[in-house]
Order: sequence, then structure tokens, then C-alpha cells
Amino acid sequence: MLIDKKHIGMKVPPHSVTPTAWQLKWFAKATGQTDPIYFDEEAAHRAGLPGVLVPPTFFFCMDMDKDHPFDYLETMGCDLMKMLHGEQSFTYHKPVYSGDKLDFDGEITDIYDKRNGALQFVVKDVKVRRQGELVCDVRSVMVIRA
Amino acid sequence: MTKPNFDALNVGDCLPSFTTEPVSRLTLALYATGSGDHHPLHLDQDFVRANGIPDVFAHGMLGMAYLGRLLTQWVPQDAIRSFGVRFTAITQIGERMVCTGKVVEKLEQGGEKCVRLELTCANEQGEAKHKGDAVVALV
Repeated sequence: MLIDKKHIGMKVPPHSVTPTAWQLKWFAKATGQTDPIYFDEEAAHRAGLPGVLVPPTFFFCMDMDKDHPFDYLETMGCDLMKMLHGEQSFTYHKPVYSGDKLDFDGEITDIYDKRNGALQFVVKDVKVRRQGELVCDVRSVMVIRA
Repeated sequence: MTKPNFDALNVGDCLPSFTTEPVSRLTLALYATGSGDHHPLHLDQDFVRANGIPDVFAHGMLGMAYLGRLLTQWVPQDAIRSFGVRFTAITQIGERMVCTGKVVEKLEQGGEKCVRLELTCANEQGEAKHKGDAVVALV
């Protein structure tokens, strides 16, 4: 069944995340990051940064950091076992550090299908702000298989 | 870090590439902790077999994080204007990821001198797992 396009424009419940140096340390270890500004708070301070630098793709992790990150797909009637991550992109405006409180505000901006509905695409655009200032745009495209 | 110089760069120039260690179950457990993504598809072999999948496989965003590292090893992170990937294939346990990038365009964007990069995360057989692009500002 095709997803109803009336869901284009649907707001995703907003949430806030404050990245911690502890979690970023594990993210750095997992991704083979050896530059200490990404995992060592003191090294970051010595480099003149207010905290550990949040790496480029961690905005996705923070966007997912909520109880039901795909509740918007369930609202549309999608089976999450048929979901694949199709595309991911970011536009960066300001660097972000551990300890920064970030507000995530998302909306469904497109729904389309390919191969006569065998693959359906749901596009979510999220604005990430720190004290009201836009720091990053996060776009996620999820694919639902028939 | 010495930033690459806009005038000295040409279309076709490659970023310093790297090949990761083989992706292991430990890698995925560490990535689950770091990312907060504990989906059983990446961690629980009993779960995936019960769903007809032979083995756990890597988080797509792990490969994108490797490509992010390709970028931040080349330029300071605040030079990255945008970064995106398409996930084209699944990464299996035991595969090494080969991360490469090259300059495909020199452009001016928002009053800044920028280069557009084409990025690829592939296995050692050359099967692309993620194809991406990024725009990086240079002086």
C-alpha cells in the first residue's frame, strides 16, 4: 500500500540532546578516530575548544536519540522491519561541542515511490539549533520495501 | 594541520585514502555504544536468523562516519559545508572498508572558494557500499 502523501508536512515531535564527552569517546573509538579533540576533553580545551568536537555524522545519532525515533513512519502505517536507510546528508553552519544543549525540530518534507511502489521514500528534514541559532540541517531518507 | 590550498588543487586530485581494520562484531558493539543505535540487526545473531538473515551486518552510518574521518583528516571540520551519502550495499562482518575521495569541481558558493568532492566507501573487491559527496571551503 502506498503511503498517503497527506503526511508531507507532518511535524516530528521536537526533542533536545546534550552530547556528552563520554559518548563521543565511544563514538571516536568505534570509528577509528585518533585526533584527541574528538574524545579527550582536556585536549579539546588545550586546542582552544569549549568541549569535545561533535563529529560530522553524530548529528544523525543525536536526531535518533529519543524513545521512538521512527514513530513518524509508524504513524504512516509503515512496517519498520521493511525499512532501510537510503540516504543521509548534512549541511553545517556552526561547530558543536560536548555540553551544548541542542534542539531538534523535524518535518516530513517529501514522500515518493519508485518501481511502481516497490520502494517508497520518506524524507525527513531536521533543523538543529543551539540557543535558537541554526547549527546544522539533517536530511534522512528512509526506504520502505514493499 | 595544513589546509589544502584552493589554487593548488585540480579536478581529479585525490584525498589521502585509508583502509579500515576488518569490521568485527566488536566494531558493531562499540558503534552501538557510541551512536546509541542498538538495533538487533547489527548485534543479535539469534534475532537476524529468526528473520531469515544469515548474520548481523554493519550500521550504514558506521561507513558514513569513516567517510567523515576521511574529510576531517584532510581539512579542519569547520571547513565542511555539506556532506551526504547514499547507502548502496550492506557491509558484512569481516570486510575492510576502503575510503577514497577526489575533487570533482571547483566552485564558488556563498562567497567562498569551495571544492566538491566525490566520496566512496567500498570493500576491497571494489563493491561500493556508500557513495557520497561533500562541499568543503578552502582558502
